[in-house]
Amino acid sequence: MSVNSGDTAWLLVSSALVMLMTPGVALFYGGMVRRKSVLSTMMMSFAILAVVGLLWVLYGYSLSFGPDKAGIIGWLDWAGLSQVGQEPSAVYATTVPHLAFMIFQAMFAIITVALITGAVVERMKFSAILVFSVLWLTVVYCPVAHWVWGDGGWLAKLGALDFAGGIVVHISAGVSALALAKLLGPRKGFLNKAPMEPHNIPLVALGAGLLWFGWFGFNAGSALTSGGLAASAFVATNISAAAAAFTWMILSWLHRRPTLLGTVTGAIAGLAAITPAAGFVPPLAGIPIGIVAAVVCYYCMLFRMRLNIDESLDVWAVHGMGGTWGVLATGIFASAAINSAGADGLLLGNALQLARQLAGVAAVWGYAFGVSWVLGKIVNVTLGLRVSKTEETVGLDISQHGERAYGGALR
Amino acid sequence: MKKIEAIIREEKLEAVRKALEDNSYFGMTVSEVSGRGRQKGLSLQWRVGEYQVDFLPKLKIEAVILDEDLSKILHAIAKSARTGEMGDGKIFVFPLDNAVRIRTGEDGDNAI
Repeated sequence: MSVNSGDTAWLLVSSALVMLMTPGVALFYGGMVRRKSVLSTMMMSFAILAVVGLLWVLYGYSLSFGPDKAGIIGWLDWAGLSQVGQEPSAVYATTVPHLAFMIFQAMFAIITVALITGAVVERMKFSAILVFSVLWLTVVYCPVAHWVWGDGGWLAKLGALDFAGGIVVHISAGVSALALAKLLGPRKGFLNKAPMEPHNIPLVALGAGLLWFGWFGFNAGSALTSGGLAASAFVATNISAAAAAFTWMILSWLHRRPTLLGTVTGAIAGLAAITPAAGFVPPLAGIPIGIVAAVVCYYCMLFRMRLNIDESLDVWAVHGMGGTWGVLATGIFASAAINSAGADGLLLGNALQLARQLAGVAAVWGYAFGVSWVLGKIVNVTLGLRVSKTEETVGLDISQHGERAYGGALR
Repeated sequence: MKKIEAIIREEKLEAVRKALEDNSYFGMTVSEVSGRGRQKGLSLQWRVGEYQVDFLPKLKIEAVILDEDLSKILHAIAKSARTGEMGDGKIFVFPLDNAVRIRTGEDGDNAI
């Protein structure tokens, strides 16, 4: 196959859009923590941009997408970008340079690792999150990406559909976040209901805006071509985000007042839920997918709080559960008429597709939670997961990074 | 001379400033402070549910008043800062030993 300039242009632009989502995560999370830990929270995302950006070209891409071994993992034939050049790959995105597909996938790996950090803010050692991130990329993200998206991956062969990463990105990050938060324990004062007031909600809104913007690259870019399918996924994405943001706003209003923090959280829940479905369902399916996503994530967040688990920024409730709903919704609303590479779902009489989706959810829930737990334990006994009590009281900005966000008290 | 510290609602700053000015007191220092009285805290909403904020934003006005003007000024501040609801604030009065105007070196009542 030869290189198609329209497809290549769209995939490169989409890669840049998805890259911007990780600074978006940094702002989204950074605004929700207390002012003493905003830099450390944002630093986790930027450090992951650096570290995963390197590891991906060295071996991550090959483990995920390299020649298949038993449906479990890619082999290292493509490590260090060996055989990954300006010509299209024979199996992935066959109308764009292999390098373009590789860098598009790099941005997915980066943001997935960055999403997890929302669970551990304000108390995890910087060195520990770095080491955990490297291990997690290697033994959770790369295999799961291979299972679902790799040529020969076992979940792909089973027929589980995941257009842009409901399983690979949102479920894997969400349930891993829950495991890590359980291991790490709550922030000091959390159990005594000390107020953990978001210190800058405008930053959260800016981050959510960048995420929504970048998500068009994430979902419409996952068409890997520049045409009707990309447009369909683009529209479905915006519909779901709008439906979920509106629904959360109403839920918040019914509670008392329509909050900005709730509304933008709803948008992210809707975006996470439409991710696996975007290119397999008719665009208007974004309405029920978005509405249900907001309701599911809202009540999961309340449930998480009732359990007294300090999964601080609700990566599990928003991404894990939003993604889980989205993967199942794909099995309900999918239509082969939208995407011939997809399948019909439950509403078109194919209940088997819903069962395949359920298999994908169950496998990755179990694998990601279990392996993240073990990785967290390993980091805990070697390096230690948590900062000292004093460092936590002072705040991670000063204790881990030697800088503060809002200096100049005396001008 | 006396030093007063008036803790007032943020939105009453202009009214209190004007009341002081009407009584020929132009100098004052204003800071943003957090505090609580019988009004206690405030309940705010998170992404879901609520959390309690124990301290509310207030303004603290510090000014130095001549003894003979004290009761007039206290009355003017109280009148201009009042809404009648809980959270209107308080005024504290302290004895003051001396004051110096840095530019001229004058001290005592002349420095006020």
